[in-house]
Amino acid sequence: MNEQPANWVDIAALEDVPKRGARLIKTAHGCVAVFRTGTDEVFALDNACPHKQGPLAEGIVHDKSVTCPLHNWVISLETGEVQGADEGQVATYPAKVVDGRITLDTAFLVRRAVA
Amino acid sequence: MTQRLIIIGAGMATGRALEHLLDAGADYDVTLFNAEPRGNYNRIMLSPVLSGEKTYAEIETHTAEWYEENGITCRFGEKIASIDRAAKTVTAENGDVLSYDKLLFGTGSNPFMIPLPGHDLEGVIAYRDLEDTERMMGLGPDNKCVVIGGGLLGLEAAAGMAARGVDVTVIHIMGHLMERQLDEAAGYLLRKALVDKGITVKCSANSKEILGENGKVRALLLDDGTELPCDLLVMAVGIRPNTKLAQDAGLAVGKGIHVDDQMRTSDADILAVGECVEHDGAIFGLVAPLYDQAKVVAKTLMDEDAQFVPKELSTKLKVTGCDLFSAGDFAEGEGREDIVFRDPARGVYRRLVLEDNVVVGAVMYGDTADSNWFFGLIREKTDVSDMRETLIFGPAFQGGGASDPLSAVAALPRDAEICGCNGISKGEIEDAIAAGSGDLAAIKATTKASASCGTCTGLVEQVLAVTLGDDFVIPAAASICGCTDMTHEDVRRMIKSQKLTSMAAVWQECGWKTSCGCHVCRPALNFYLLADWPLEYQDDPQSRFINERKHANIQKDGTFSVVPRMWGGITTPDELRAIADAADKFEVPTVKVTGGQRIDLLGVKGEDLPAIWDDLNKAGMVSGHAYSKGLRTVKTCVGTDHCRFGTQDSTGLGIKLEKILWGSWTPHKLKLGVSGCPRNCAEATCKDIGIVCVDSGYQISIGGAAGMDVRETVLLCQVPTEEEVVDVIKAVTQSYRENAKYLDRIYKWMDKVGLEWIQETVEDLDTRTALVERFDLSQTIYRTDPWAEHVAKAETYQPLADLTLEAAE
Ligand code: SRM
Ligand SMILES: Cc1cc2nc3c(=O)[nH]c(=O)nc-3n(C[C@H](O)[C@H](O)[C@H](O)COP(=O)(O)OP(=O)(O)OC[C@H]3O[C@@H](n4cnc5c(N)ncnc54)[C@H](O)[C@@H]3O)c2cc1C
Ligand code: SF4
Ligand code: FES
Repeated sequence: MNEQPANWVDIAALEDVPKRGARLIKTAHGCVAVFRTGTDEVFALDNACPHKQGPLAEGIVHDKSVTCPLHNWVISLETGEVQGADEGQVATYPAKVVDGRITLDTAFLVRRAVA
Repeated sequence: MTQRLIIIGAGMATGRALEHLLDAGADYDVTLFNAEPRGNYNRIMLSPVLSGEKTYAEIETHTAEWYEENGITCRFGEKIASIDRAAKTVTAENGDVLSYDKLLFGTGSNPFMIPLPGHDLEGVIAYRDLEDTERMMGLGPDNKCVVIGGGLLGLEAAAGMAARGVDVTVIHIMGHLMERQLDEAAGYLLRKALVDKGITVKCSANSKEILGENGKVRALLLDDGTELPCDLLVMAVGIRPNTKLAQDAGLAVGKGIHVDDQMRTSDADILAVGECVEHDGAIFGLVAPLYDQAKVVAKTLMDEDAQFVPKELSTKLKVTGCDLFSAGDFAEGEGREDIVFRDPARGVYRRLVLEDNVVVGAVMYGDTADSNWFFGLIREKTDVSDMRETLIFGPAFQGGGASDPLSAVAALPRDAEICGCNGISKGEIEDAIAAGSGDLAAIKATTKASASCGTCTGLVEQVLAVTLGDDFVIPAAASICGCTDMTHEDVRRMIKSQKLTSMAAVWQECGWKTSCGCHVCRPALNFYLLADWPLEYQDDPQSRFINERKHANIQKDGTFSVVPRMWGGITTPDELRAIADAADKFEVPTVKVTGGQRIDLLGVKGEDLPAIWDDLNKAGMVSGHAYSKGLRTVKTCVGTDHCRFGTQDSTGLGIKLEKILWGSWTPHKLKLGVSGCPRNCAEATCKDIGIVCVDSGYQISIGGAAGMDVRETVLLCQVPTEEEVVDVIKAVTQSYRENAKYLDRIYKWMDKVGLEWIQETVEDLDTRTALVERFDLSQTIYRTDPWAEHVAKAETYQPLADLTLEAAE
């Protein structure tokens, strides 16, 4: 399958997401959660825990992980992998901060639309 | 043939470029213009001049004789006013026109002045040159100065003036100092060191207006209304490349003057170096890269090949006694891990950021002796996999070893209070140990420390261990979580006795092993801090579980439930209509009467929360805190109003209590019940606090529960009047709040400290009054409706962006 070329889209100011917090982005395939860590990194993940679809954006962010609000599974923001004894993985998407703005590579939207 | 080189600006970059040109014997006839009335000097050393550690003569890099010997024509105190690129001439301010073969820009930066009302008053200055420095040096010891900006420059200015006895206040808009170079933990240590030097530091503070009198600065007004009187106001909030002249000459300019790798501007005969340039999208604010640029520009001027390659940068603060270092990038990027080391005893904090086994960033405070070694690892991109385990300890350290779990207690000063009940300090315990008390029982007997409620037992044992060394083995106690070795009780005592008022302070002084805690410790710390320091500490929503962050209970499908307060279980037709209307309007799938005598609207969408709250607010209803570790419900029965057995107004008392207690945060949920007679229809004796009315007054009992454990309350005391009921309940609640472990309900706390201890606490009138006062003080902050507050920021409940149409493109 062909990779879609990157399509970086400006989403919002970094300040619009609280430190150690998250906000949602609506897409045609469901909500993507954009997280901001204590050190101002940003990560984008599907907003659904592999356990029982808990809304990850509502979790507690610590270092580069988020703890799911429903049953406390801990998920790595970098890899989307569930940490510790539990198992599972959440899809992650490229996100970065450019000049204080959050930008997201939305190529995955096209990819999924085609798929 | 000798070419004519005109240099605009005698700054640090052009000074260095000149040296390279002369060293290489380049064939140029140089004319050097400088807007400042002097030649090149070491600008970064202005701070030691300010603090009195150096004189200006010591920081001059090039003297009049040097320019003379090297045949450089100096035009100091003169600006270049314009450039004619076609004619290849410059025009000086006095109208002189000079022609050039090559032109070198080194105009540096302009300090940024926030355009606050009053910024043009006399006495409002920046910190950039010798004039600014002399202005600050001229302030006598009895004067006041406000510095806006808690970055490198602002802090050096503040420390320099403080060293001269000036009363200095630093205002910083961000949550911690030097946020671009330091993380919260290092920022906390830096702040502490500056406060020790007598500097007042205000973070998260917004300046509103500069107030003046007869055209001269008088005070700074913050947007919270605070007025800070000052004789001088220094703005050190950032710099902007000085590009005006280049722009007017038609050169390519972005944030700075565009240059290529050879430091040539868009005009091949015009070059630029220093803070005025923009290279590959980056601008510069530290001298290290400028020196590299100077080397390159000299080569370019001599037609030799050279290329400017930006390198990693490091920062140090030139304030005596504030030993900090920061380098590389510890912020953005993926695939990184942290190594943290803290030694509370020595005030040391070190954090390394690794990516693919390479150190990419480092922050250090307190002990920076190894900073060059770490900086080397960053610049060389050394693979550190082999030394990963001991890396954080630096190059001298080989072989095992970790931070000492007792170091936080070892660091406590002798006057730190260990036992809150009996006011026993660490020193008194040490003295008792020296006099022969070798175990906990002996300490209890001789000093009374930990002999009352017992929550300080862990700390007393640690003092024993620190003092006796291997002769004392600490019984293992469960730590809060993997981030620390301390128990909840230890940390609570540390927060109180060491006056730790921020999370960063707790992490550092208690030796946290992670950079910013986890989902287990953060909610607990957030509670402890706000319970102990209601005025100083700012609640951190990001350290709360979702229910408390969004003031609603999350459901298994991600929707929320909304429960408005019904004071004492009493409602009105109007309230019921408003609830019904809200249920219709927001298509609430389930409306349920709860076990707590009120109504639950279940299944509300997250985005609708502010709107439904707004509707309920307008009908006079507030949050029921059905989600909080705080006051939930006060269940009542009908009492004397209607019931033939009622002895007192149980409904009225319940409403009164709920109105007094609502909004308060407690270690776990707090439920009350008030029954009008011993038939106990409000089930008061299975609540955290229960009141049963009797003919002669009120029986107050505590420690009930009917959840995972079912417990009957035990009698605390009986009092004759409602006033006393209120006071006793405030006092118990406050004591519970100040002493219990996070997530212990009253019955669990009571099992630990004993009913008798609680009884003594509330029966002693002085203690009771003091507890009531602290409770009331805290309620001045927290007895507010969070829903109303969140309605005001409704946009944060909406999605950040909507990309549903993106894919269709
Ligand atoms: C709505 C309600 C059930 C009902 O439909 O009646 C309820 C619902 C929940 N209870 Fe409860 N409890 C409700 C009354 C009770 C009662 C009865 C009472 O208060 O009179 C009890 C037993 C009395 C007690 O607390 O001792 C009760 C004991 C618990 C417990 C066990 C607490 C314990 O210490 O053992 C939990 C779990 C916890 O808090 O950790 C709990 C937790 C919960 C949570 C918050 C579970 C959760 O964390 O998501 C439920 C939220 C449902 C939701 O999505 O809204 N609920 N819960 C009641 C709300 C009362 C109110 O108006 O605020
Ligand atoms: C108090 C202080 C402390 C600092 N501490 C550090 C530190 O510890 N470490 C660090 O790396 N950096 C530090 N810096 C930053 C460092 O000093 C600068 O990065 C450096 O001086 C920039 O050099 P430059 O040659 O680009 O500009 P400058 O040194 O600012 O020189 C520019 C010169 O050009 C002149 N000029 C401007 N326009 C014209 C014109 N039209 N005609 C003629 N002349 C003109 C100006 O008057 C000025 O003298 C500090 C800065 C200050 C103010
Ligand atoms: S009893 Fe269990 S299932 Fe029922 S509301 Fe309480 S917590 Fe939820
Ligand atoms: S749904 Fe995330 S932990 Fe259960």
